[in-house]
Amino acid sequence: MKRNIKLFGAAALVTAALPAVAPAQTGDARIALSNNYAGNSWRQAMLESWEKAGTQAVEEGVVAAADAFTTSENQATEQAAQIQNMILQGYDAIVVNAASPTALNGAIAEACDAGITVVSFDGIVTEPCAWRIAVDFKEMGRQQVEYLASRLPDGGNLLEIRGLAGVFVDDEIHAGIQQGVEEYPQFEIVGSVHGDWAQDVAQKAVAGVLPSLPEIDGVVTQGGDGYGAAQAIDAAGRDMPIIVMGNRQDEMQWWAEQRDANGYETLSLSIAPGVSTLALWVAQQILAGNEVPKDLTVPFLVVTQDTLDEALAATPEGSVANVEYSLEDAQAVIEDAKAAE
Amino acid sequence: MSARYRILLPVVSLAVLLAAVFYMQPRAMSYFGLNLLFNLAVPIALATVAQMMIIMVNDIDLSVGTFVSFVACVTATFLHDTPLLGGLILLAAIAGYAAIGALIEARQLPAIVVTLGMSFVWGGLAVLILPSPGGAAPDWIRTLMTAKPPLVPMAIVASVLLAVVAHVLIMRTSTGAILRAVGGNARAVGRSGWSLVQLRAGAYALAGLFGVLSGVTLVGLTTSADANIALRYTLLSIAGVILGGGEFTGGRISPVGAVIGALTLALAGSFLSFMRLSPDWQIGAQGAILILVLAVRLLFARSGRRKEAQHG
Repeated sequence: MKRNIKLFGAAALVTAALPAVAPAQTGDARIALSNNYAGNSWRQAMLESWEKAGTQAVEEGVVAAADAFTTSENQATEQAAQIQNMILQGYDAIVVNAASPTALNGAIAEACDAGITVVSFDGIVTEPCAWRIAVDFKEMGRQQVEYLASRLPDGGNLLEIRGLAGVFVDDEIHAGIQQGVEEYPQFEIVGSVHGDWAQDVAQKAVAGVLPSLPEIDGVVTQGGDGYGAAQAIDAAGRDMPIIVMGNRQDEMQWWAEQRDANGYETLSLSIAPGVSTLALWVAQQILAGNEVPKDLTVPFLVVTQDTLDEALAATPEGSVANVEYSLEDAQAVIEDAKAAE
Repeated sequence: MSARYRILLPVVSLAVLLAAVFYMQPRAMSYFGLNLLFNLAVPIALATVAQMMIIMVNDIDLSVGTFVSFVACVTATFLHDTPLLGGLILLAAIAGYAAIGALIEARQLPAIVVTLGMSFVWGGLAVLILPSPGGAAPDWIRTLMTAKPPLVPMAIVASVLLAVVAHVLIMRTSTGAILRAVGGNARAVGRSGWSLVQLRAGAYALAGLFGVLSGVTLVGLTTSADANIALRYTLLSIAGVILGGGEFTGGRISPVGAVIGALTLALAGSFLSFMRLSPDWQIGAQGAILILVLAVRLLFARSGRRKEAQHG
């Protein structure tokens, strides 16, 4: 018996040393999603994506459970309690879309102390022990100008449609667009309005500012405002500029109609709600013992002329284009982050 | 309703709920588990005692949630960076609460309106102090809230301590008796020579003090603040007082019951979460638990009155 125990001990030592070489199995790992809000189409799509990817992962035996929890009210204290409950329920990893970047830090530190892997995404947290999958909104703004530069090498006049004033996301995308214009000085922003990420607000705002503007060659947007801008410009009887879209179903619908009618070309980009599945796989990778940098960046979901039909067909009316990420996508994101370090 | 029933029902509700949680999640039945279940209930219990001080004098405070948020913001900024200034601001906030109480009594204003107005003042101040979430908890409060006393977890120690202090203060001192009398029959208290302005100001100052403690302990748990961190506490605290056997009128309150009521409410959330109930149903279910407890209390109260009638 004694020898057996010694053997066990040796075996345990070997397995403990192994994970660095061969990733540990995660078949009995349980992952929970802590979500603070489910009241709009983006969040609904996010939860659906999680459900789909989670069910599949469980069926394939990659993880034992991938349960989603949403707090009944969008409050940080409630989500902190929810995370503490998850610690009690013995989850191995907690994936968080946080109500507050800071107010959950205490609960998240408790989870880390209990040996739980915490991955935050979209609404990320500042607690250093957690992983962060952040959205690079600035890059989203910059890429719009880059695309316009590829279409209009000589440059031209741009109209910028901004989001809700005073919100972090609006400032970031705006800063990215500014940076893009500095990189491609042949462009000039001749007008800027706030469209509040809503088609009707954008339409009114653009219609109001158009009479005072010179000819416009491109419209840079923040998503949810492209269709309204197109309506306003069309109503004013102007030539249609290149409007960068934001993956909303009505925007893509309009784009497809224009393409069929007169060969209109543009680009559409936004964040896919399926980023929750990316977080799921990243958590699985960490549990599997792979080395993952603490800060990761979400790739945008870009819809191009070639993928428009496909994206439009897959997007329900009134919703936003989505993509579920695979394990391979997560590994690619992790490799990118490692390369950037 | 006799004092015995007043405390019996909250105790039974908490015990039933706790048994259900232990049954569903045996892991909770440990030092570590109890602490996780109850540590976020400590600031709620403090806010509930604050609300109780106001309900004691027949008023209601709709600004508890924003006040605790404001205190949390002060704690994570001033109290951390410049402790002296932070302490002064918190003292001024308590004085502010006393002044509101004095104003309500002196001008005979409805407390519900004044405190609703104050909730915007506190909320605005919180945003001014901390426009974006952040700040850091002072080390001493972090140490205190994460302390691991032997045998009994910190959350339980703090709750028991709070219940005892509040009980002694309100139920066992002459000042406490007078304050409760203000809720019972303010005119009689006034006629027997007490200054109602001073008494109401005193009750509000006590509420401010416990509100400050609530905000400070909350930051001790979360490590940083957010201007909207405790908005839910307004309704939670009112529900906690009532669940704990308090009544909206007549100075009939129970400090021990209020603490238990707050713990019960916090536990109800965990219970529903362990049940894997869809969030769409959770608010409704939380309400149903409240109604259930209050309905049982009403039954007790009725039978109590009937007995009194028979004997009396």
